[in-house]
Amino acid sequence: MSDLSRRTRILVVDDEEIVRESLSGWLQKDGYTLAVAPDGPAALAEARRAPWSILLVDLKMPGMDGLTVLEEVKKLQPEAAVVIMTAYATIDTAVTAMKNGAYDYLVKPFDPEELSHLIRRIVESQALLRENVLLRKVLRRDYRFRDLLSKSPAMQAVFDLAKTAARSPSTILILGESGTGKELLARAIHAESLRSREPFVPVSCAALTETLLESELFGYEKGAFTGAGARRQGKFEAADRGSLFLDEIGDISPKLQMDLLRVLEERRFFRVGGNEPLHVDVRILAATNRDLKKAVAEGQFREDLFYRLNVIPITLPPLRERKEDIPLLAQHFIERLDAELQRKVEGLTAEAMEILMRHQWPGNIRELRNTLERAIVVASGHLIQAKDLGLALAAATEPGAAGGERSRLLSLSEVEREHVARVLKATGGNVSQAARVLGIDRVTLYAKMKKYDIRRPEDQSAENEETATR
Amino acid sequence: MSAPSGDIGVWWLGAAAEDASTLGRLCAHLTLAFGMPARLLHGRDRPADAFDPRRGQHSSTRILGWLAAACPPRIGKLLAVTDVDLFIPILTFVYGEAQLGGRAAVVSTARLQDGRGPTRSPLFLSRLLKEAVHELGHTFSLLHCGQEGCVMSRSVNLTEVDAKGETLCDDCRACLKQGGPEKAEEHERP
Repeated sequence: MSDLSRRTRILVVDDEEIVRESLSGWLQKDGYTLAVAPDGPAALAEARRAPWSILLVDLKMPGMDGLTVLEEVKKLQPEAAVVIMTAYATIDTAVTAMKNGAYDYLVKPFDPEELSHLIRRIVESQALLRENVLLRKVLRRDYRFRDLLSKSPAMQAVFDLAKTAARSPSTILILGESGTGKELLARAIHAESLRSREPFVPVSCAALTETLLESELFGYEKGAFTGAGARRQGKFEAADRGSLFLDEIGDISPKLQMDLLRVLEERRFFRVGGNEPLHVDVRILAATNRDLKKAVAEGQFREDLFYRLNVIPITLPPLRERKEDIPLLAQHFIERLDAELQRKVEGLTAEAMEILMRHQWPGNIRELRNTLERAIVVASGHLIQAKDLGLALAAATEPGAAGGERSRLLSLSEVEREHVARVLKATGGNVSQAARVLGIDRVTLYAKMKKYDIRRPEDQSAENEETATR
Repeated sequence: MSAPSGDIGVWWLGAAAEDASTLGRLCAHLTLAFGMPARLLHGRDRPADAFDPRRGQHSSTRILGWLAAACPPRIGKLLAVTDVDLFIPILTFVYGEAQLGGRAAVVSTARLQDGRGPTRSPLFLSRLLKEAVHELGHTFSLLHCGQEGCVMSRSVNLTEVDAKGETLCDDCRACLKQGGPEKAEEHERP
């Protein structure tokens, strides 16, 4: 007998005792948990008392017939499989039963093979459903508020506001430095919202050029441009009834700002190359590390779009302003990364922790995670040593810091390569932010990264921004 | 009829004459399977009300009731073997039925024939041994088993009967040694 059988609870509902007894006796030998009910009201009382996997319900019973029992049971336990049994087979009753949500329909007496296979089919399909629910829970678990790690009062205030805002349909603008976990917070808001069963679609606005972002967001029609071989759905359509997360919204072009404003105002849009307006029900969650008010004042960002997005602003504090979270986050990352990397590291020495606490973390939680990943890889014992972190050396070579003496003079391109890599690291791989720091545009920065073979320390995906999850 | 306490009694309840050779082999197989003596009992009584003229079949449940009442006190388990077709009210037929954790079981040979006439073919005998062990297994509180090939796996057609073996799997044998109470308790009706 399997666990699956033991967990399967079957209720036999029939006014004939001999039927109840013979059917339950037969099924009992498969290890299922069984109960019997002599009529509709007794069956409904059982359905109110406990959950049932399968109900085998006689169609014709005095008082309340099987179709009424079916209807009421489906209200109480929508996931229960109700099989209607009858001695009088008619197509009409079969059709009615199936229309009313019956799983199947059996004519008494049953062929043992038919009954056995039907029960097995139901049990297996319910096991699959349970598995799906479980997987969905696992997927959602990482993005719930309770899985966000923080002891800091500032972060608790953020969570409180975000939880309240999550339940409203309003647009939320998440502000914060790169690496503070903006996408993670957006996912938690989505998971807490009434749209949690619908898609959460993230778009990194800074990663794409204007035209690519336009087709990414709105989709395109076949032949809209060279290479558009077939119609493609955009992110707005993909997020219908769910949430669309527009990361780095402060980096979108003036044209796209205009297009986005139109969608927010009219709740409709056109695919690139399309004439037919498409209506979607999408909740916008936007995020940026830029000072949008300043961008508006400087004419770089549309004021009307800013006010459309800035309905509920939530600001994530940088890690340096909530250092009390560092030990908690560090231990979490060590446990998680150690398992992923199959190492034997258990924690940090006091000296190493002291360095973590002193560091300013310009790349915030993402930088902390990446630092610990490196340290776990190079650590030789069970504890991460100060030298494993690579932070003391970096601090010593910061511009303006003492030391930094070179053993040899570097060429201009070597200096450029090193500086670009350092800025990218400091911004946690955020190309837009790095480009601004360097005073060049993103395209030029990408060209330099290619030229010097510099890779971003893992992208801005949520996977990497799991940063603050348990 | 008389038998030592705890024996398995095998009782022919068929309409045709008793086939002592087949039943003898069955007793030998049951002795090996359950580790307790199985012997042929001889009685002329038959359950009077088991036949259902409307269905043209015999009620296995009524036969079990009759067997339980007719079972000699010193017989531990009583298996009736019959050649009539059996049914329970909700199913079109059954190969056999047993009291879960009780004393009585019944198997029918009516649907075990291999279509080649005489009932003593090796295939027929194998099917009878399997169904007999299976139903008697229920009287020892064994439930249907998910192990491929175990004689306690549910079989609802001859293909499934033929696919399983004639013996208990290790798990079922272990349960049998423990007397099967855990299994039986786990599946008491709520």
